[in-house]
Amino acid sequence: MLDYREPNEIPEEFRHLVSERALRGETMLLNMGPQHPSTHGVLRLLLELDGEIIVNCIPDIGFLHTGIEKNMEAKRYQQAEVMTDRIDYMNNAMNNLVYCLALEKLTELDVPLRAQGIRVIVAELTRLSSHLLWLGTSGLDLGAMSIFMYAFRERELILDMLEMISGQRMMTTYIRPGGLWRDVPVEFEDTLRNFIKIMPGRIAEYRGLLEKNPIFRDRTISIGVINEEECIRWGITGPILRATGRAYDLRKVRPYSGYEQYDFEIPTHDGGDIFGRYFVRVNEMLQSVRILEQALDKLPYGPVRSTNRKYVPPPRAELGVSMEALIHHFKLWTEGFKPPVGSVYTAVEGSHGELGVFMESNGSPKPMRVHFNTPSFINLQMLPLLTRGRFVADVVGIIASIDIVLGDCDR
Amino acid sequence: MSEEKLHAAVQAMSERFEAEVEVFRGETTLFLAAEKMPAAAAALRDEFGFDNLLDASALDYWPETPDLGRFHVFYQLFSMQHYAMLRLRTRLDNANPTMPTLTGVYPNANWKEREMWDMFGITFEDHPDPRRILMPYDWEGHPLRKDYPLGYEEIQFTFNFDEINQRKPNAKGLR
Repeated sequence: MLDYREPNEIPEEFRHLVSERALRGETMLLNMGPQHPSTHGVLRLLLELDGEIIVNCIPDIGFLHTGIEKNMEAKRYQQAEVMTDRIDYMNNAMNNLVYCLALEKLTELDVPLRAQGIRVIVAELTRLSSHLLWLGTSGLDLGAMSIFMYAFRERELILDMLEMISGQRMMTTYIRPGGLWRDVPVEFEDTLRNFIKIMPGRIAEYRGLLEKNPIFRDRTISIGVINEEECIRWGITGPILRATGRAYDLRKVRPYSGYEQYDFEIPTHDGGDIFGRYFVRVNEMLQSVRILEQALDKLPYGPVRSTNRKYVPPPRAELGVSMEALIHHFKLWTEGFKPPVGSVYTAVEGSHGELGVFMESNGSPKPMRVHFNTPSFINLQMLPLLTRGRFVADVVGIIASIDIVLGDCDR
Repeated sequence: MSEEKLHAAVQAMSERFEAEVEVFRGETTLFLAAEKMPAAAAALRDEFGFDNLLDASALDYWPETPDLGRFHVFYQLFSMQHYAMLRLRTRLDNANPTMPTLTGVYPNANWKEREMWDMFGITFEDHPDPRRILMPYDWEGHPLRKDYPLGYEEIQFTFNFDEINQRKPNAKGLR
């Protein structure tokens, strides 16, 4: 047989990134295209393969770019908040939370204690929901299909609770500047207590399904290893950094929304591999349940929204009796509020890493610039580092372990 | 502890690189000249322990006063050793918004600077991979500039019915 290899059809824009072996035709360029069941969204990867081994991996993003930052500059601050849910659509409340925290820092708005407690509850519920989805889909990618059904059964409970408090399962926009949209209904506490009671047992079920499975262990231990110095150099935060052994969690380092009163641990693991990240996330779920219980026990009675009428609309009942309330309502709905001129950077511990917002205001009711520092964008940069020298089958596991959400990455 | 480290770093920066210091809501921003940014960032990373680049992006002040500089580029730095936050900010003008790249100092500035090129048209000298990241590779224009239109669908009323039909021959409404 003639052994001829045709040179690859390398697109012009990638030519400087592939090695010379690809230009000679020794290695093959495989397109793991934007539509792929295992890339966790519309992510395109150009894999340069030497047989089954990856020589280089070039991620190509931007397929889910919806221009959220541009759109937010054309809307008022209250309207722009609705778009924040859609950025990281797995943990919606965290996006709302970081946007509201930035706005409250900029405007020096006070948030009542009950609102802070419920914000923590909603944030931890969305962290649990994001980790459950990650567990289900990454198990599915590695071949363990039953864990998907189990994880989504619990996720349904969380989404039902979110529907109870805000009317929406996912894109809640429940956390508003100054506090929350409205108080939680009466049934919420019992439902949450029931959830807290059953959840640790369910997490133990998931660990029983995966942790001792030899196929799972073969596919995850010592694969996709990164060490702590490289993580810090590349700006990686979140469970990936914690899986290298560094106990860095924004909830402990720069606590926000009352996290300093809750007692919880930061799970870490030494391996820095896929198994380490799995271990960290599963233990994070247990710690989240712990925080939920404490937040619910310590929840004080009181108002759930600030009374600063320049930024927070008055309740509807007041509109019939108070002229100032009517005027405030009118101004907020037609013109919006005007924060002071300046710029702030605020960050929270999202479920994928540090989720930050840089907000600059020029005194007008529309934000001058809102930039989201999203963890998936930063974490995806190191994918070539992790996949060099690995098999194609490992790429799937590594992407699943980095836990990217393409809405987060592209905005 | 972190306050003193931050203060020491800010003092050194303002002396060595002629940086203007601004403090707002507890956050420190250093305004620098664009050419001094890599040296300042390297000094911050090596001597003062600001080893983590959290965020980097740009702002567009069009059509504001030109002495502010049309574009501002900021780099949000964090010190994992002392838990201190610092922001470096430069002004670039409209005619030729170029500045040296920071990928030699912080490798994760790579994609952030690609995004700034894509969205604002700010070029970075010696960047290893200057291509568009979010928009398609052959897109023209820089979307996040203020003079770039938002680009929404025009509603087809009766007064502009024929005009839109001419522009879009395949989108025929019910008549």
